[in-house]
Amino acid sequence: MPRELLKGNVAIAEAAIRAGLEAYFGYPITPQTEILEHFARRMPELGRAFVQAESEVAAINMVYGAACTGVRVMSTSSSPGMSLMMEGLSYIMGTEIPVVLVNVMRGGPGLGNIAPSQGDYNQAVHGGGHGDYNPIVLAPSTVQEAIDMTVLSFDLAERYRTACIVIADGSIGQMMEPAELPPMQPVKRKDWEWATNGAIGRERRILSSIYIEPAEEEVANLRMFKRWQEIQKNEVRYKEYHLEDADFVVVGFGTAGRVALSAVRTARQQGIKVGLLRPITVNPFPYDVLDELSKRAQAFLVVEMNMGQMLNDVQLAVKGRVPVEFYGRPGGVVPFPDEILSEIQRVATTDLQVVSDPRHAWYERMVEYLK
Amino acid sequence: MATLIKPENLVYQRPEAFTEFPTHYCPGCTHGVAHRLIAEVLDEMKIIDRTIGVAPVGCSVFAYNYFDCDFVEAAHGRAPAMATGIKRVLPDRVVFTYQGDGDLASIGMAEIMHAAGRGENITVIFINNAIYGMTSGQMAPTSLPGMKTTSSPLGRDVEIHGYPLRMSEILANLDGAGYIARRSLHDPKNIRMAKKAIRIAFETQVRGLGFAMVELLSTCPTNWGITPLESLTWLEEHMIPAYPLGDYKVAPGVAEIK
Ligand SMILES: Cc1ncc(C[n+]2csc(CCOP(=O)(O)OP(=O)(O)O)c2C)c(N)n1
Repeated sequence: MPRELLKGNVAIAEAAIRAGLEAYFGYPITPQTEILEHFARRMPELGRAFVQAESEVAAINMVYGAACTGVRVMSTSSSPGMSLMMEGLSYIMGTEIPVVLVNVMRGGPGLGNIAPSQGDYNQAVHGGGHGDYNPIVLAPSTVQEAIDMTVLSFDLAERYRTACIVIADGSIGQMMEPAELPPMQPVKRKDWEWATNGAIGRERRILSSIYIEPAEEEVANLRMFKRWQEIQKNEVRYKEYHLEDADFVVVGFGTAGRVALSAVRTARQQGIKVGLLRPITVNPFPYDVLDELSKRAQAFLVVEMNMGQMLNDVQLAVKGRVPVEFYGRPGGVVPFPDEILSEIQRVATTDLQVVSDPRHAWYERMVEYLK
Repeated sequence: MATLIKPENLVYQRPEAFTEFPTHYCPGCTHGVAHRLIAEVLDEMKIIDRTIGVAPVGCSVFAYNYFDCDFVEAAHGRAPAMATGIKRVLPDRVVFTYQGDGDLASIGMAEIMHAAGRGENITVIFINNAIYGMTSGQMAPTSLPGMKTTSSPLGRDVEIHGYPLRMSEILANLDGAGYIARRSLHDPKNIRMAKKAIRIAFETQVRGLGFAMVELLSTCPTNWGITPLESLTWLEEHMIPAYPLGDYKVAPGVAEIK
């Protein structure tokens, strides 16, 4: 396929269609509305299902119903709408069926704003719904990655009977970049052994998240965890930049990772031995690679567009061996490469201590910086 | 056992659409009657193998144990949205939800209104027992004024708790509704009429005539705190005046089925 200039939201929608999406249910919200609008035109044209639901609560439950029949189905939203989908997500995970969701994150909490943010990392990665569950979570940093991860999501969701969530931020959704769409895959209805699509010529099936016997629910939780361990073993994805000889390691996902890369390159030109680790799967998280890096790096710098959420996962991997510093821009603010560059310079030239919450010192610096 | 009964003498048996699962409902509860009527209709229409049920959260949360067809279990109130998802990708299947009054008329109000508004081609069986059965007797949106429940211990005071919702009347106003009827399960005559309505509600779907709902006035002796027999009388004397029986919407195509 040729490369074309594509808007992130449109690219995500078209990629899903080409991956064999049979049904879309959603509700308008900025900055993801173009996804819904693209489906509104394309799905009926292809004879596939599209419903603008009455709310994200309804949308996720329509997704839940369609997913039970075994077809490829998705919904997309932005932060406040994602919050409404958490009930359905928990049921979907408890029922162990494949679903793809995209969250084009915006500034929060509350109504917040419509600017790019990474404030929903914890919601996606550490569970926004009730109960114990682990969805796969992917974080694109370019329009091309958004396309590729959307397609990959359907395969992963089906392979592991799980929800797969793409967390993009508003800038990925809104920006235009040259990118290549995949070829159109034909819609293939797979005859899953679990799908409730009508018991014609076979035993009936039940799909439910109920295990009224605690002992059975416990077994179900353990089964889901075993599957999660498989996912952790097989599906960790990340990108490494200039890490071969790095003394200092920047960690950032999505847009924050992309901006950090510019800063890392400039710092390298200035002779600072710094590299970047950009998690592609933020769940499963690349703990092992960070663990290895922490054995030879002098310090880490976590950069996020939130108040420090992935930070905790990096600290878990580094295990207090070396200092983990934090730089964040919450509320819908995107950091400039210069800001991250000064942070790299600070980390490379300061005698740092291992502290349990580096956000306190970061807060003091932020207050100074914003004066 | 079955061999003792000659076919010519057989007047009553388990519908084929039923599994052999023993009931979990309380003595005197009419959920079982409603289940049986649905099963008989599915048998008569010979559609059980292409039917997919959507169970609610409420006493009938285990409805899926009783019907010999595919079933999914929705979150509280979301059954119409889940049914929408199924029906949109499998339009040739028969999809029905089975919901209580808390499920349908309280937490699931948006989902039921919009499913009806879209003319979603599904069948809804709505059990109105004027109370939250499963959570042991709290006030429902359909509890009658003055009715004592565990969350309206002095009786439903309309100044505080507002008025009961009449869902059949409300939904009948929507253009997407093909068939809306209210029936009662308190005596044999009414039970037969309820079955007819359920048949029409499934026929409405099979013929693609839009959203169909049958509201069934039902008893909950356990949480009403009276005997099964008293419950039937209470339903007749108190619920029917508040919730008049009848057809509330019969779209032109549906009138032909009748
Ligand atoms: C989100 C959520 N809120 C509350 C509950 C608790 N709950 C379970 S059943 C029920 C009420 C059911 O009443 P109704 O729909 O009238 O059905 P019935 O039990 O009377 O048949 C409630 C409130 C729940 N399961 N989920």
